[in-house]
Amino acid sequence: MEWFTTVLYLLGATIRVSTPLIFCAMAGLISERSGVIDIGLEGKMLAAAFAAAVVAALTGSAWDGLAAAVLVGAMLSLLHGFACITHRGDQVVSGVAINIIVSGLTVVLGNAWFQRGGETPQLQAEQRFMGVIFPGTDNISHLPLLGPLYVKVLSGQSLLTYIAFLLVPAVAWLLYRSRFGLRLRAVGENPAVVDTAGISVDFLRYRAVVLGGILCGFAGAYLAIAQNAGFQRDMTAGRGYIALAAMIFGKWKPLPALYACLLFGFLDAGAPLLQGVKIYGNTELPVQLIQALPYALTVILLAGFIGKAIPPKAIGRPYIKER
Amino acid sequence: MTFMTRAAGAAAVLVFSAGIALAEPAVVYDSGGKFDKGFNESAFNGMEQYKKESGKSYLEFEVQTDAQREQAIRRFAQKGADPIVTVGFAQGTALEKVAKEFPNTHFVIIDSVVDLPNVQSIVFKEHEGSFLVGVLAAMASKTGKVGFVGGMDIPLIRRFECGYEQGVKYEKKDATVFQNMTGTTGAAWNDPTKGGELAKSQFDQGADVVFAAAGATSLGVYQAAKDSGKLAIGVDSNQNYLHPGTMLTSMMKRVDIAVHGSVTGWKGGVTELGLKEAGVDWALDDNNKPLVTDAMKAKVEAAKADIISGKIQVHDYVADNACPAS
Repeated sequence: MEWFTTVLYLLGATIRVSTPLIFCAMAGLISERSGVIDIGLEGKMLAAAFAAAVVAALTGSAWDGLAAAVLVGAMLSLLHGFACITHRGDQVVSGVAINIIVSGLTVVLGNAWFQRGGETPQLQAEQRFMGVIFPGTDNISHLPLLGPLYVKVLSGQSLLTYIAFLLVPAVAWLLYRSRFGLRLRAVGENPAVVDTAGISVDFLRYRAVVLGGILCGFAGAYLAIAQNAGFQRDMTAGRGYIALAAMIFGKWKPLPALYACLLFGFLDAGAPLLQGVKIYGNTELPVQLIQALPYALTVILLAGFIGKAIPPKAIGRPYIKER
Repeated sequence: MTFMTRAAGAAAVLVFSAGIALAEPAVVYDSGGKFDKGFNESAFNGMEQYKKESGKSYLEFEVQTDAQREQAIRRFAQKGADPIVTVGFAQGTALEKVAKEFPNTHFVIIDSVVDLPNVQSIVFKEHEGSFLVGVLAAMASKTGKVGFVGGMDIPLIRRFECGYEQGVKYEKKDATVFQNMTGTTGAAWNDPTKGGELAKSQFDQGADVVFAAAGATSLGVYQAAKDSGKLAIGVDSNQNYLHPGTMLTSMMKRVDIAVHGSVTGWKGGVTELGLKEAGVDWALDDNNKPLVTDAMKAKVEAAKADIISGKIQVHDYVADNACPAS
């Protein structure tokens, strides 16, 4: 049954690792579907992680931390919107600027407030979103196969993880079934039409971008106060970019984007198991090779198996009213 | 504007000349940062001790990117700092270049060897200390499975792992040691999330004690151990205080003593610090006392004495890039 334990671990770890990716991918998706490139996912997530850790440490409540993270994510999104919706600046430049500012600012503020080189104080269990134990785990755990699956994979994840997975159908509904979603998609394809219909392009885009910021807030909070117990310098470690790639991988659609996030998460979770494995007698698989695997696979999949990814038509172009 | 430029110029000259007059020591930390609670912080503590004892100040710099290493060392050399302590193996190439340009300045490098007359190279016998915590891990483990999480995959970290594995097998011949490296770039020292996931993967495979040698990444490992109710072993500094109750011990690498010693009494050549020189050791304090039984303590102390006397030979991974234990 050893393989079954491994499978359980892989499933559990995939879910844990994918959670911030899912939040960020959905954030990017909403923003980009409205025509605003969101390369600042990484920075917004990092700032949110910092805010969550600081506020949770000061007030002692994980919920306050989450609220602060969401607020900071939304504020940075407003900044992004102000630069590239109101003032029609370059969206990539604005996003990269946010990433760089946040990377430095979090460390400076953290150092000024806590004198720990940008780190925030270690959080106690009650200041974090710990695993939610589902009812009935004791009764079901002895069942073969299903029992451990229920106890180890489905139950015991952080509350934010469940929110992330529920978020995907919610975003799909929002995009494809609501009036707001219809307008959102239209503004990303052809803003002029939306404008002619008498709907404000700017206001729509602002709402989309801020919504994305809020979701980045969840991602950051998850990293800092659920998966870890505090903030550390550059702790997002490129996850925002991975999420961006997953979103493009998923062709700007919620469900395929979820699959892409899970795929990246799975490869990341599986990598530790491959390390130190002996092949052909005594040769070990090099660590470098194992770690390059997710990226190599991405290139192969993109080149061969996933058809063309077509972005929203008006993406990256600020809307200028005809006079 | 003219006034500003002049003022700035004057200030620059002032700083420049002040540097020469005082010959302050300087320290360049590695990318883990000054407050990594381990390796770099230990160096920082050594400098702080010097500052407290001598009443003199010192210069310091934390590198953010690889490109800054050479700049930082050169700038300190130009300012007249002496000696200049560079912390971490990654500074080797940069230091070699700058040390040749400033033959009259004294340099120190921790964890690497730079063969120049004006450089003191300090290396630790991490395998000896790791052996001891390996013995402890094997004794504390109930499943007979223990883990190791390394930072960047480099021979130095393999040396930790190999010593640890030898210690584990010395105590329990048939024990299983899982090992994982966090990454292959400098970022691997700073990814606690990944560290936590690696530790969890080892716990799920049955490990119940895990040793981390991964800079700030280690913090994620300790947190994971605490969250899953398993034991973790700290590294570099005495990290027992981080999570009393789940920190079995720490493999101390006395970078603070080494740094302090080199600043107060610089001497060229290679300085090797092992158990004998008290350069490495295992940590026992009030925080981990309940976890260490008398039998464990006796066994580790015996192993320590045997290593010092030469009865136990701990193989050094760096010597031949191979580990006989695995």
